[in-house]
Amino acid sequence: MTGVLQKSPTRSGQTLARRRRRVPPLVPIILGALLVLALTYVLPPFRNYQLATVGAYFTVTAGLTVLTGLNGQLSLGHGALMATGAYTFALAQNRWLSMPLSVLAAILTTTLAGVVIGLAAARLRGPYLAGLTLAVAVVVPSVTSTFDETFNSDMGLSVALDPPPGVVPMEQWQAWLCWAGALVTAFLLATLVRGRFGRDLRAVRDDETAARLAGVHVARTQVIAFVVSAACAGLAGVLFAFLAQSVSPGAFPLTLSLFLVMAIVIGGLGRLVGALLGAVLLVALPALAQTASERSGSQHLEGNLALVIFGVVLVVVMLAAPGGLASIHTNFRRKR
Amino acid sequence: MKRTTAVFLAVLLFAAACDSGSGGGNTSSASVPGVTDTEVVVGTHMPLTGPAAAGYSKIAPATKAYFDFVNAGGGINGRKITYKIKDDGYNPATTQQVVRELVLQDKVFAILNGLGTPTHSGVLDFLKTNRVPDLFVASGSRSWNQPDKYPGTFGFNPDYTVEGKVLGTYVKENLAGKKACFLGQGDDFGKDSLAGIEKTLGPIADKQTYVTSNPNVGPQMGALKAAGCQVVLLATIPGFTALSIGTAAKIGFKPQFVVSNVGADPATVSKALGPAAALLEGVVAANYLPLTTDDASPWIQLFKKVNAQYNGGAEFDNNIVYGMAVAYLFVQSLQAAGKDLTRDGIIAAVQKNGFQGPGLVPLRFSDKDHSGYGGTQLTKIEGGKAVFFGQAYSTDDGDSPVQPYTGQAVTPPQNGIPAA
Repeated sequence: MTGVLQKSPTRSGQTLARRRRRVPPLVPIILGALLVLALTYVLPPFRNYQLATVGAYFTVTAGLTVLTGLNGQLSLGHGALMATGAYTFALAQNRWLSMPLSVLAAILTTTLAGVVIGLAAARLRGPYLAGLTLAVAVVVPSVTSTFDETFNSDMGLSVALDPPPGVVPMEQWQAWLCWAGALVTAFLLATLVRGRFGRDLRAVRDDETAARLAGVHVARTQVIAFVVSAACAGLAGVLFAFLAQSVSPGAFPLTLSLFLVMAIVIGGLGRLVGALLGAVLLVALPALAQTASERSGSQHLEGNLALVIFGVVLVVVMLAAPGGLASIHTNFRRKR
Repeated sequence: MKRTTAVFLAVLLFAAACDSGSGGGNTSSASVPGVTDTEVVVGTHMPLTGPAAAGYSKIAPATKAYFDFVNAGGGINGRKITYKIKDDGYNPATTQQVVRELVLQDKVFAILNGLGTPTHSGVLDFLKTNRVPDLFVASGSRSWNQPDKYPGTFGFNPDYTVEGKVLGTYVKENLAGKKACFLGQGDDFGKDSLAGIEKTLGPIADKQTYVTSNPNVGPQMGALKAAGCQVVLLATIPGFTALSIGTAAKIGFKPQFVVSNVGADPATVSKALGPAAALLEGVVAANYLPLTTDDASPWIQLFKKVNAQYNGGAEFDNNIVYGMAVAYLFVQSLQAAGKDLTRDGIIAAVQKNGFQGPGLVPLRFSDKDHSGYGGTQLTKIEGGKAVFFGQAYSTDDGDSPVQPYTGQAVTPPQNGIPAA
């Protein structure tokens, strides 16, 4: 999976990629599934819940890293797309209480939102694109309070859920479903970017004119990339709603969108492993910040320290390993 | 692929490492989570940062201070009370996270005084599924009073509808003929309060709402001014009380403000208003606990003493009285639940009620009713201090009339700790 997503410009990276191309993406996915399954039986409930949260984050960071890392489109609005998925899921669940139907509805709605934003995005470049997606992220709370009959303002909606089957504990069930979503997403993305579409993505990222000359439909590639990544965000939103058993605008603030971008940059742009590392950090760093502030004895630090730690980690990683955490291993190998 | 596996292993190791740090509690709790022979662990979620932190962030430290005071006296039934305070920033999504942490990881015996209508509403189902007692929620939403649906959840504050009925009665009797309007938080807090006000005052001329994520009430106050309102009833948290009164003054709008108890602590609001604190003069509000300024009250004397000894002498405001009143009630519940402390035991003890404490009106707890205090008394700000006037009223959230409450106030025990 990683070999396939290897950024093309690195020379030794390319030989590495060629050497590993024979490993189909299914193998690491199955290994991952087995590992997660094993973990859910060993870990205590709260760790299972955190594991599930990592899975939910991975679902969105994987999609985002394909968009930003492979196609070069910067989106600051993925939090809003997650909110779209989450609210659709909540509304559908509360009306029909049929999980597969609700998930499908949520992904479809988010895909549709992705088409609209993607069409606009394909006409914009760099900071203008970032600005457009930023506006989408900012508008979420206003939408929920303007249409509070449907979305119930800041309080949000609770999500009706069927209890987990049999005697499976809730947290284990959550981890299973979240990772099922995450791994299916990762598999589909890995397969998608392996072939011609992946090459198109990179060609458009590196030089639009050259890509056009080579017969790549630039706008279509960009829109499809945005739609694919929006669908991933929609599924992630569903998983978040499922985890919290509720949706509220506070769960999808602007900082979430920014954190997602930070996570894939720290993890390593354009690589699914980087997206996974980023997802782990999104769960681990706030927990770390909380422990640190509890030890320090100042309760008021707690809400703010996570931001500081994230910033510091970003700076350190960019200085020490500009390719992100996922590149450290490769660099180390190359130096030897 | 090797790298992918390595990453997964790293996740595994990380999880295992985190776990070894926190898993110590499992061995000691034999059957009841959070309870040992020497300790009982309770947790709470509070807005220590964020839009509601002003004032409210002082509640949990005050509760903890009273517990420290009790612990210094040997605890209850040989058990010291440990109070775990988590910051949720008044964000319902964060509340979900920290309450799970308290219940699943820290294995608390109960959640005590979790603050906020929008925040706490989201964790009711989770707490019910895990059979965690959810005691004395710090909010006046009527959602806490659903014994059939949420058997472990109990309120503390008079619900906003009860308070709204009392405030509405005041406006009807004392400000008759004036045009009364309403500004409320855009959630159950605002809705319940409005429902109560309209029950006694009749339909309100103009209603506005705000959301805590948007700290600007300019349009709302402008609309109320344009509607020619002479009385404005506020169902707001302290930061937004200050914002509303300040904004009104800025646009030359001077109605009589009548404010819900939760948004009316003079110390907090005047701090937020800064040099404009004089605008608070004459504001009418409600309270059901002794006022900080009443030095003659034995409760205030007790709480001041505890505050000086165990809370680092924090500025003594209504939030501190509130926090300690909650702690006092929890200690009473522990005493009533007896030596063999269980989750079902404490719920039964709270339902049995019979608690007498600092409140001006009785608590309503029974097996059919899980709502907190059943009434309130009006206050007015005079010379920068809140003072009671008139008498305490009691009513319910239904159609029963607002009646004066004539019960006698009780005094705290000599040592300041409720006996069994």
